[in-house]
Amino acid sequence: MTYSRYSIFSLARNAFSYHRNWPRAWRSPELKPAYDVIIVGGGGHGLATAYYLAKEHGITNVAVIEKGWIGGGNTGRNTTIIRSNYLWDESAAIYEKSLKLYETLSRELNFNLMVSQRGVLNLAHNQHDLHEVSRRVNANRLNGIDSEILTPAQLKAMVPILNVSPDSRYPVLGASLQRRGGVARHDAVAWGFARAADARGIDIIQNCEVTGILREGSCVTGVETTKGSIKAAKVGVVVAGHASVLAGMAGLRLPIESHPLQALVSEPLKPFLHTVVMSGSVHVYVSQSDKGELVMGAGIDAYNSYAQRGSVVIIENMLAAAIELFPVFSRLRLMRQWGGIVDICPDASPIVGNTPINGLYINCGWGTGGFKATPGSGWAFAHNIVHDRPHEINAPFSLDRFTTGALIDEHGAAAVSH
Amino acid sequence: MLLIPCPWCGPRDECEFVYGGEAHIKRPENPDALSDAEWADYLFMRTNPKGRHHERWIHTQGCGRWFNVVRDTVTHDIAFTYKMGEEPPEDWA
Repeated sequence: MTYSRYSIFSLARNAFSYHRNWPRAWRSPELKPAYDVIIVGGGGHGLATAYYLAKEHGITNVAVIEKGWIGGGNTGRNTTIIRSNYLWDESAAIYEKSLKLYETLSRELNFNLMVSQRGVLNLAHNQHDLHEVSRRVNANRLNGIDSEILTPAQLKAMVPILNVSPDSRYPVLGASLQRRGGVARHDAVAWGFARAADARGIDIIQNCEVTGILREGSCVTGVETTKGSIKAAKVGVVVAGHASVLAGMAGLRLPIESHPLQALVSEPLKPFLHTVVMSGSVHVYVSQSDKGELVMGAGIDAYNSYAQRGSVVIIENMLAAAIELFPVFSRLRLMRQWGGIVDICPDASPIVGNTPINGLYINCGWGTGGFKATPGSGWAFAHNIVHDRPHEINAPFSLDRFTTGALIDEHGAAAVSH
Repeated sequence: MLLIPCPWCGPRDECEFVYGGEAHIKRPENPDALSDAEWADYLFMRTNPKGRHHERWIHTQGCGRWFNVVRDTVTHDIAFTYKMGEEPPEDWA
């Protein structure tokens, strides 16, 4: 460890110099001509992969290549929700691994990720929703994941501002609750992993775009970048929003389509919403940040796009539903609104594993729910890269499931529709 | 928001339409003769280009007809639309 630890003492010490002398959290190293492993993509998943390569496997001759700045893509554009209440066993395993890592990660990384396990509610608005909620809650419990069903009265007690009137356009018949779910500070996840990976000697190269994947026969030999070519026997592609583009550089076709996913924040308010409320059927998810802003997310725009913006009609529909559920939101002003590009597979599950090219590994297609998976995804992917075969928790998410037909259909089942 | 020129109804707001994904994916003549990989390619693999995309839309709130659109996935500019069964013109670049 080469970095200075953050503590109350370092805070006090730096206060004496008016916080002008804090050391950089990570270096900006020169690119070396060769590495053992190259990670393409400096988002949360890529940085987590690098961190776990060093921590779990002792591999530190690693470069993380990021075309922009770290955490500037979907890591900084999501609505920060973490949970593991997925229906299918395969999903539950990897998301629960991730949530467990989140629970201890701030201490481990010596970086406050502001993990707040304030509970995640998934609302049911009709009988079908209620059946799905019951099925999912039971599946979660069988997988050892905390999950319970709340009645409208219990919901009203927990979230008094929620409109549970039977006359509502979207009557609330119940909800699932995962108490261990909540939110985490998304930028801090990227920064915490970056700092810890950097401290172990991993090079984080920002403003460097990968423009080609170098191959000899069926083996990968490195990548071409805007700062020159780099050699490596193993390359892990961990990109969100550009998976098809990167795969295309290696001559691969992926079962992925890229869509905008929009989110927005309101003006800051005093604390009044103490939990995360999600509704898959009406496409709203909302939580209140520590700054007091309401953070809200919508559904995806249906069309393919790489533009990091979507159509107003999506925002309009989401806000209409949000106001119906929470009438007190009606006079709120919105401060910022943005879009991220999400790569979605036909079964709404990610692809994490080997590719037909030796030494080329892929971790992509997390769709609308990648943030919560960040540590677990990196942990499993690092294992996959080192051993050249998947860990049991990412084995079901192989690319060849689309050939074998062993899909993991999380459309709707993942407690949020896509 | 997209302003989509329906070949039958003229330019209309995006919310009148439903998106139908990548165009010109032909169902194989003889699926039984395909390998699993070829079938997977037809069923699941998509071009997903960053740039010009050939895609299908249906004007559900208007004429109810399907048609093809050539749209840029970065700028969202629509180059042109053409009817089902037609090939995009050669000089569309």
